[in-house]
Formats: sequence, structure tokens, C-alpha cells
Amino acid sequence: MSNADLTIAAAASELRAGTITATQLLEAVFERASLTEAELHAYLTLDAERARTAAGQADARFAAGNPLGPLDGIPIALKDNMCTRGVETTCASQILAGYHPPYDATVVSRLKAGGAVITGKTNLDEFAMGSSTENSAYGPTRNPWNPERVPGGSSGGSAAAVAVGSALAALGSDTGGSIRQPASLCGVVGVKPTYGLVSRYGLIAFGSSLDQIGPFTRTVEDAATVLGVIAGHDPLDATSWRGDYPDAGSMFETGVAGMRIGVIRQLDGEGYEPEVTAMSRAMLDRLTDAGAEIVEVSIPTCDVALSTYYLIAPAEASANLARFDGIRYGLRADGSTAEEMMARTRAEGFGPEVTRRILLGTYALSAGYYDAFYGQAQKVRTLVKQEFAAAYEKVDALVSPTSPTVAFELEAKTADPLSMYLSDVCNIPANLAGHPAMTIPIGLDSQGLPVGFQVMAPALGEATMFRVAAEVERQAGFVARPAMSGVES
Amino acid sequence: MTWSAPPGWEAVMGIEVHVELRTQSKMFCGCRVGFGEEPNIDVCPTCLGLPGAMPVANVQAIEWISLIGLALNCTISEQSVFHRKNYFYADLPKNYQISQFDIPVCHDGWLDVDVDGETVRIGIERAHQEEDTGKSTHIGEGGRIHSATQTLLDFNRSGVPLVEIVSRPDIRTPAQAKAYAQQLRAVVAELGVSDARLEEGSIRFDANVSVRPSGETELGTKVEIKNMNSFRSLEHAVSFEILRQVDELEAGGALVQETRHWDEEAGVTHGMRTKEGSSDYRYFTEPDLTPIVIDAEWRSRIAERLPELPATRRARYLDAGVDPQVAQALADSSADLRAIYDESAALGSEPRVAAHWVTGEITAWTRREDAPARITGGQLAELTAMVADGTVSASAAKDVLDGVLMGEGDPRSVAESRDLLQITDAGELQAAVDGVLAANADAVERYRNGEQKVVGFLVGQVMRVTQGKADPRAVNELLESKLG
Amino acid sequence: MPIDIDIAHVARLARLDLSPADLETYRHQLGVILEHAARVQALDTAGVEPTAHPLGMTNTFRPDEVRPSLDRDEVLSQAPEARDGYFVVPPALDQG
Repeated sequence: MSNADLTIAAAASELRAGTITATQLLEAVFERASLTEAELHAYLTLDAERARTAAGQADARFAAGNPLGPLDGIPIALKDNMCTRGVETTCASQILAGYHPPYDATVVSRLKAGGAVITGKTNLDEFAMGSSTENSAYGPTRNPWNPERVPGGSSGGSAAAVAVGSALAALGSDTGGSIRQPASLCGVVGVKPTYGLVSRYGLIAFGSSLDQIGPFTRTVEDAATVLGVIAGHDPLDATSWRGDYPDAGSMFETGVAGMRIGVIRQLDGEGYEPEVTAMSRAMLDRLTDAGAEIVEVSIPTCDVALSTYYLIAPAEASANLARFDGIRYGLRADGSTAEEMMARTRAEGFGPEVTRRILLGTYALSAGYYDAFYGQAQKVRTLVKQEFAAAYEKVDALVSPTSPTVAFELEAKTADPLSMYLSDVCNIPANLAGHPAMTIPIGLDSQGLPVGFQVMAPALGEATMFRVAAEVERQAGFVARPAMSGVES
Repeated sequence: MTWSAPPGWEAVMGIEVHVELRTQSKMFCGCRVGFGEEPNIDVCPTCLGLPGAMPVANVQAIEWISLIGLALNCTISEQSVFHRKNYFYADLPKNYQISQFDIPVCHDGWLDVDVDGETVRIGIERAHQEEDTGKSTHIGEGGRIHSATQTLLDFNRSGVPLVEIVSRPDIRTPAQAKAYAQQLRAVVAELGVSDARLEEGSIRFDANVSVRPSGETELGTKVEIKNMNSFRSLEHAVSFEILRQVDELEAGGALVQETRHWDEEAGVTHGMRTKEGSSDYRYFTEPDLTPIVIDAEWRSRIAERLPELPATRRARYLDAGVDPQVAQALADSSADLRAIYDESAALGSEPRVAAHWVTGEITAWTRREDAPARITGGQLAELTAMVADGTVSASAAKDVLDGVLMGEGDPRSVAESRDLLQITDAGELQAAVDGVLAANADAVERYRNGEQKVVGFLVGQVMRVTQGKADPRAVNELLESKLG
Repeated sequence: MPIDIDIAHVARLARLDLSPADLETYRHQLGVILEHAARVQALDTAGVEPTAHPLGMTNTFRPDEVRPSLDRDEVLSQAPEARDGYFVVPPALDQG
């Protein structure tokens, strides 16, 4: 066991006790990265120099007895779709190769202000479009539990880094499961907060009405700690929540006795691996034993959520990605006119999945098709919200498997976009509704691959969601670590 | 009747006006709204379209577009939304423009326009909020667009708040088009929400022109005319375009819906090269912004800031008895000049007389001296009273006014110090008349021979001798009695 | 309902200069994805308002205050071509 395997809570108390330094903690994390990166490829950029400077500054604060907060000195990785001033930010795309943003995303500013040590930028599916991190222009990330398998995606690099110990926590973004699905496949905790809880300013947009930044950690408590630092109103993000912010960690110890927990009928059955279903049901039994009442609820629009999502997200993406035109930053192809240069730059710079989604979204918005596709999808979204609202009148929280499957093999789904899309079927409803959802690892299947359990709550219901998640974590008692991390378990 | 279209034809026109608001900061970011100094200095992640940047709407712009809407008798939408208008162009950093589509802030208003003494009501379809683009400079041989070798891009203007005001196709003549544009500019300038300078592009006009046979009710093919940078060129461009369309149709040709550029030098419109299918803007709700809700309370707070508009003012002056042409001139005058009128009228000046002074002598003085009018309404009231009661003659009053404007004091003290008080002493006047009669014996002789108009010459002589201080009527009477 | 997609037109709208072979592949894939969308279209949404903002927030504005702009050299350092304070591109001819 190295310092790289500490939870944030444990590391924070050791830093305060002076039993470790932020520099030692960072070096342990970098050592873990040096052992694993060649095979794992969780990072696109390791920012060693700046990280060491930040760790040194944290140590000075600890020595002076005035640390900044719970993340002071904690090594945290960022998905490479969050802008970091002066540090290459690529979105795993050729089109942004070599791009050094002139500003920090709000989450980055908040982490820095809280003393966190940014270790580097993690791999992802290009522009966060994908469920396996195979769509990275810089090569895939592998699953730390089995390098033949994918880590999930799109935030696969962040999930893998936290699982293996090359960061104590990481940030990802979740547009349609991109935090929860890789967290589940890598055996870590992953949280998609309520839409608007964490500023999107500086997050390179994919589906703006769906995108939300959230943490990857090894424990539920750590997730609440990170969320507490990154959440908050941001005047630079007009969609940022202006009201009171939930205290995610306020009911960790409360337990679930007396709670009504709903199981969504539509997120079960065909397409779900039997072991995933069995482990989820076993968790329901344990929650019952812990005093919760399990209620089956029906949310029929969950059956069309995926198709709805694949009209909305690509449409928004088609506009969001229009700015990559070879003029102000990034790749530029040759062309005798600006128009020709732009069209060539974009054809060369975007990979196939991104191109596919831009075309899909452009088509869904184009004259004569808007009402049938994008317009209809936004109305169906209202139906999804209405059905969830009705469900939450009957239950306090909803649960489901996080992913229908455990980690799949590389290239298993790359040839068939639809089969890949199905990987997020359990995750997308929460994005459409704007509700918080998170995954907690509940064990390994017979192949030694992690299985996650998803907890959802109404908008701004983070306290309730974490209350259930904390109980799930206690009941699961999941402490296994991937062999690649070198930790005996 | 002004020229409209060749016989047998009717022109149908609408005008789209883009108004740059003179906010301190841009529409969706905190960058300064500057004045085209160095390129690319007033830029930030948002107005440069950098990855990850987001827009937040400027509340001042929202209030100002509402004010424009109220001034144009529009309905202010209780809830409106921003849309993304998607098209690729090098000076549009995000390759979409944040604009409004189906629910603009303002809709369904009108503006009354006076053309040759006739009032025409032009419908306003909508006024919506959007953002400006950057500026392209094409360099290469001769700076002409089709021989350009490179394009330079400056994004200082990118994101400057822009209000687009779209009229209904209610305009029938080039004169109406010009008058509508002029009056709209006057309204916007009055509100103080824009510099509204054509030459600087802070207000820009595009015209949609179509023609149809007289009596036809279907609309003809619409052509959009751009690049008109004066009211005159607007009038000329639409005149040219009406003739071009009629010629084309009369020659058996067909018109295409297109955008044409007005070439000021050549006095013609040119078709612009455009890509097929380029007009599919794929509008959808801007997910980075929240809907704009203007409730009754906010609306009335904005309405309180609505100043009196030129048309309303003009009607008020007419009601007070001011001559029509003077009323128009006064309505279009600057606020400080109008205040002089208002104050003097309130203090008892005859409105018709005070308005003449303000739009005539006082305005002429401010132009000549290139200085603000240094006269109060009270001083003007005093001056008009002095003329009315014969204290100074009308011609001497101009000298008095000059003295006041030059800062020599109140009208009475100027009249005294410049020795301009009318001669009221009968003996003094008698002496002057006698002197003139003695010096002009031949004129007296001609009068007696029946040449009555000579009396006018003699009055002039008396006025000259008295340096304008005599009352011409009194002089006239005195002369006639002496000669009689 | 078979979906007829003018993929070349869509690619032109999206400013993507793709080969005919690639266009055909994408046309086929989009068709498959959009067939699934038929289930979305089948839902009765009469009288349903579209969702544009998940939490239904309104009136988020900023005051009309100037904030610092970016350093021009840092901005232009990221541009493929820049000169004399300008971004430089091949001639931009066609509006739209």
C-alpha cells in the first residue's frame, strides 16, 4: 500500500498530522503513473512541473498551519475537455492538437483555489463522444482490471487513473453517462450532479443542455468532498444554479431505514448481463434489510431515452463543434479559400464518431426535419421529466444497474455504433431530466470485473442520493483494487 | 405624389435595421465595446468563440431593446428565448450567431412616417436581440473581394449587442423607405441607446424589394439589398432595384430570390456570390442561456424611462400653434434647444414666436459659433416680451439676442448697453423724421407727385438714422401725417 | 419509414469535406440511428412544451460592466496564422 492508495479523507488527515507531505503524496501518485501508464494510458498529459510546484506550495501552507480546505495538497486529474491555462487541452482530438487555452475553466480555478494539485489531463473519447475511450485520437485507455478490456467512456482516463491510483480523484464530464459508465466499469465512485450545480464554463461543450462535470473517487465520502469544492454558482455560466446548494454529505450516517427506494422496471431484462442483474438484486435485498422499502416504478419513456438523447446531444454538438474551423486555434488544413480550408480542416481534424454525430445533429436540425427530430425530442424530454416527477412523489430515490454490462473487450463494439450507444441506456434518463445520479462499485463479477450500482435522486437531491449511496457502499464493502495498481487485496 | 414605380407596377418593400447598442460591455461577455483602435484587443474566450467559453446576457441590452420596442409601439414578450443561428463564416467565431427566432423580445408594433405631408403607418414585425460579427479585411490586389489573397480578421466588434428591427412589407415608395429609415434613426437616437451613426455602421439598413403588377395582391419575388450607407443611397438603391425588377419582368425574364449589393459609385445593385442552400440556419434554442422573462413590473420600470419621441413632440408643438415646418424642425432639434423653447413658452412666450427664435436665430448662432446656445428659456421669454410690448424692435431684437448669446447679460441690460431700446420719446422721433424729410427733398417731391411707395424709402432712412431703435409703425404714421 | 438523407447537403451545411465513400458510410449509419428515432416520433406530444433548460431557470443576466480582455499575444499565439494583430485566413469569399 502506497500513499497513492489513500482516500482523500485519509490523505487529508495525514497531511494535517504531518505524517506525509503533499510532495510525498504527489510523488507516490506519479510513481504509480510511471508503473501503469505504458499499459493503461489514462493520461494524455502529465503536468509534473506545475504539479510539483503546487504540491510545494501546499506543503508550505501545511507547515504554516493554514491549509486551504479539504482538497489542499490532494492530487487530482482532469478530463482533457476542461480548459487549463497554458496546459495543452485537446479533447482527445487532432483538431485541438497543441492547443494551450489562455484561461482556466471555473472548476479548475475552484480546485486551484482549494489547494488541489492538478496532476494532468486524462484521456477520453474525442469530444466526450463514446463509451469506451477508444475514440481518442491519441489511442485508447485500457481497463486497469483487465487491459484487454475498455475502461468505459467517455471519461475512461479519469476512471482508470482513480482506479489504479495515478490520482486520488479526477473530474469527468457526463452528457449521457460519461462519468457513471466508466466509473462502473473501473470499479470507482462516479457522480453526475444536478444540471447546473457545477459550472460548465471552460468545459469544452458537447451537449450543452446535458453536460455536467462531476468527480471520480474511491469512496462516496471523497466524492462529496470534491463536489463540495467544485459546486457553486458561477456568474460566467448562465445555466449555473442560483439557489441554495445541497450539502451532499449531510446524511452519510443516517442510513436508509424508512426510505422508499424505487426500482425502474424499464432498466432491467433483455440486454443486461445476468451477473449484473443478480448483483443489483442482491443489493436491493441488502437495502431492504437495512430498512428501506423497495418499490417498483414504471418510467415508460426510459425506453425511448436513448433515441431521444441521440437527437438532442448531436444537434447541440453540431453547433458546439462548429467553432473548430482552423482560424483561431488548433489544426488548419490547406485551402485556397477560407471556406475550403474550414471544410478540409474539419474533415481531417474530427474522427469518425465525432463526424457521425455532427452529421446526425446537422440533419436533425435542418429545414424540414427539425419538428420531426430535434423539436419532438425536446418535447419527449419534458415527458421524461414529468414521469420522473411522478415517480419521485412515490419514492425518495431511484436505483438501477449503472451499466447493463461489465467492461467489454476492445473493438467489441467499435464497428456497430448502436451497440456502443446501448452501453449508456441506464444513464441517459438522468441527463435528460437534469437530475443527479451516481454509481457505487458493489463487487466483482466472476471474471473479476467491477459491477456498479446507480442511485438517482430528484433535482438538487444530492443529500438524499449520497445518503443512499453511503448505505450501498457500506453494504457492498467493496475494497478490491486492480492488480495493476500493485495493491494486495 | 412621389415616384413609386413605373406605370402599371407597384413596389412592395420592407426594411431591416440593425442597431448597435452603446452598452459599456458586449452582449454576452465583459469585453469593452470599443471604437476600432488596435485589432483584437477587446476580446475574451466568449467573443472569440474559444472552446469551453459561455455567454451571459447583458441586462442593459435587454432593457434597451425593450425600450426600443416600446417606442415602436411593440408588444414586449412576457417570455422570449435566444436561438443559435448556424452558418459558417470566417468573421463569426462560433460559426453560429446568438440571435432570436420565433419569440423575439418585441413584436407587432408600428411607426408613423410623414412623407410629403401625408402620414403612413409602417408596421413593425419584430425587434430581436443578437450579437454582431467580427470584421474582415480582404487584402490583395486592389483590395477587391474577388481578387483578395488573404483575409484579416479582427474580433473587437464580435459580440457587440445588435438589435434587428424588421418592418412589415408596408413600404410602397423610395421616399417612404427613406423617411422610415430617417425616422427610425431619430427614435433610436432619442432613446440614447445607440450612437446610430450610419457612416460608422452603428445603424445599418437592408431593404427587401419586390414588385408586382398594380392590383395584384400576391407578393413578387423578394430581393434583399445591402450596403447602403446613407439615406440618399437607400432611396437611390431601392429606386434602382424597382426599375431593374420591372425591366426584367417586362422583358419576359424571371427574378431570383437573392441578396444584391448596392454599388454607390456605379449606382447599380449587383448580385452577390452565394452558396446554394446556405440559408438553412438550423435555428434551435441556445442551451447556454436562460429564457428572458419580462413581467409587468419590469416592463413598467422600463417604460418609465421612455422619453417623449419626435412624433409626439411635433404634435404637441402643432397643438400649441407652432407652424408645421417649424414644429418639425424643433422636434428634430437637440434636447437643450428644445428645453429653451419649453421653458420660454412656460414663462409666457408666444409658442409660435419662441419656436421661430429657437429654430431660426438661435440654431443659426450655435452652428455658426459651433457652441451650445448660451441663453435660458427665461431670457428668451424676456426678449419676446420686449418685442411684444415695443421695448425693442424686431430687428433690434436680433442684436439683443446676439448680445445675450455672447454672454453680455440679460436682454434688457444688453439692449441698454448696446443702445437698442426703441425710441419712445415723441420729440426725439419727431426730430429724426424732420431731419430725414429735410435731407431728402427730392423724395418728398416725388411723394407729392403721387409716388406713394417712396414712403417706404423714407421709413428706412429714419430707421437708419435711429440705428433701428425707432418703431417702424410709428415712423410710418408720423411720416404720412407730415407728408399728407 | 425508410429515411432518405441527402448526406452531401448535410456535410456541406456542416462544413465537412468528406469523400464520396465516407459520405455513403455515414449516410447508411445515420439511417440506422434515425430508424430508432421513429419510436420517439411515435410518442404523442400534443400540447407538451419542449424542455430547453432542465431546471427551468430564467433571467440569468450580467450587469453592463467591463471586465478585462485577454492578452492579444497569448490569444494569437494559438492561431495557425496571425499578423499585425490580426488572425489571417485564406480569402473568405462566400457569405453563408
